[in-house]
Amino acid sequence: MSRRYFGDYVFRSYGWRHLQSRVMIGLLAAACGLVLLPLFSILGYVVWQGLPALEPAFFTQLPGSVGEAGGGMANAIVGTLTLVGLALLLGLPWGIALGIYLSEYGRGRFASVVRFSVDMLSSVPSIIIGLFVYAWVVIPMKRFSAVSGGVALALLMLPTVARSTEELLKLVPGHVREAGLALGLPRWKVILRIVVRGSLGAIATGVALALARVAGETAPLLFTAFGNRYWNQGLDQPIASLPVQIFNYAISPYEEWHRQAWGGSLVLIALVLGLNISMRAALRRKGKTGDS
Amino acid sequence: MTTTSPFLLETRGLSAWFGNAQAVKPTTLGCAANTVTAIIGPSGCGKSTFLRCLNRLHEEVPGARAQGEVFLENGPVYGPGVDPVAVRRKIGMVFQKPNPFPALSILENTVVGLRLAGVRRKNVLRELAERSLRLAALWDEVKDKLDQPGMSLSGGQQQRLCIARALAVEPRVLLMDEPTSALDPVSTARIEELVTELKKEVTVVIVTHNMQQAARISDRTAFFLLGEVVEFGETSRLFTNPVDPRTERYITGRFG
Repeated sequence: MSRRYFGDYVFRSYGWRHLQSRVMIGLLAAACGLVLLPLFSILGYVVWQGLPALEPAFFTQLPGSVGEAGGGMANAIVGTLTLVGLALLLGLPWGIALGIYLSEYGRGRFASVVRFSVDMLSSVPSIIIGLFVYAWVVIPMKRFSAVSGGVALALLMLPTVARSTEELLKLVPGHVREAGLALGLPRWKVILRIVVRGSLGAIATGVALALARVAGETAPLLFTAFGNRYWNQGLDQPIASLPVQIFNYAISPYEEWHRQAWGGSLVLIALVLGLNISMRAALRRKGKTGDS
Repeated sequence: MTTTSPFLLETRGLSAWFGNAQAVKPTTLGCAANTVTAIIGPSGCGKSTFLRCLNRLHEEVPGARAQGEVFLENGPVYGPGVDPVAVRRKIGMVFQKPNPFPALSILENTVVGLRLAGVRRKNVLRELAERSLRLAALWDEVKDKLDQPGMSLSGGQQQRLCIARALAVEPRVLLMDEPTSALDPVSTARIEELVTELKKEVTVVIVTHNMQQAARISDRTAFFLLGEVVEFGETSRLFTNPVDPRTERYITGRFG
């Protein structure tokens, strides 16, 4: 007759729990893989298809004539950088100011109307933003232009920048503001020079994420920046951009243009991912010094 | 003001509200120059609110207001034409949780009040920083790493950095709102020592939960209960021979 000790039961039940735990961790890993699969298959496929198109000429030359081999997307690369720069110039001060208002002064009815409007703006489809800019900028100017494209992208950036700035500033504890006031500083100085300054790194990341998102927008550029097969002649003229160029090339019947569209896609993804990753890395470095 | 009072900081019938709830009932207190006044009392008795009325920080909370009079060196702290910003230049404050400004170095944290008030010259700022850090008994620990973030210091050092920051604008009064309640015993002892030293420079009003602390460092003590001052007097007298039975019950640990 063997007697079973309490310890035996404990041991056995732990074995069962370990098994359960392994199975669950396995399931979670599988779910994780499933999520990553689309991302990496997109990346892999774009690199596989796009890399052969990336000859030096791709970065230095204008698009070739219809059906002709050679040529590049230099004007579209410069165009995208120009448009993103314009969006930054127009959208950034406005978005950050809105974020500061919502976080630091945003109480009462007016503020909730503003907050609601910003949220509404972020849910407006990007093509509608494009149409709006077409009606309000392109038609009065009587031409497609880089400026109108920049305005469209700025409008798309605005809600993201404003809300991320607001949320980040709200993370700064109230007693930090009080400490600033207690030093005999006016409120606006406390906000700009202490609260906002302390969150600058994080705000920059939010801005970079917003920029990365609008850099790939196509719809709002179709009838604002329009596109251009030559170098841009000025900010009041139509301007090429990578997404629009990719769109035009991808729907064309020419093999060579398809190849270049893949090349353009790879450059666009590299630009966006590069911006994203470098901002995150910069923030992590800052975080390590205890300097958030 | 025509009447001159013996007090550097004085309240007359000062009361405070949060919305319709009265947090501090009309309170009249005086603090002589270069003394330490302790404010003790159970949680929620209004002692912090009272303190925050003295530098007009209370009114920054939405819905909060204060009534009555406060005088600093016989000048009004409340009243038409008095700028709370100017008041706070003269009445500094240290908070319960150490709160160095994020993303600012130790040096920048120390002189941020002067820097943002328009002092630009690097050597002047540096000198004043050293003076304040010495006063706060922090200089020897940080003199070789002034460019490191203020947040990188330990809790006790952070609190002394906040004291240095408050002292840098050369206030007449330093308000301390439970400055050691988030610190370990060694850091607490250092701050207590420091307060006794600081008396030479400023007048201190300190809110504390810790009765031993009040007994150790203060000259006079006010006991708050349910928003009013039950007893105010010499610290040694108040702790050994309280007049009010409620004070006696509190200091002997029967409630609170």
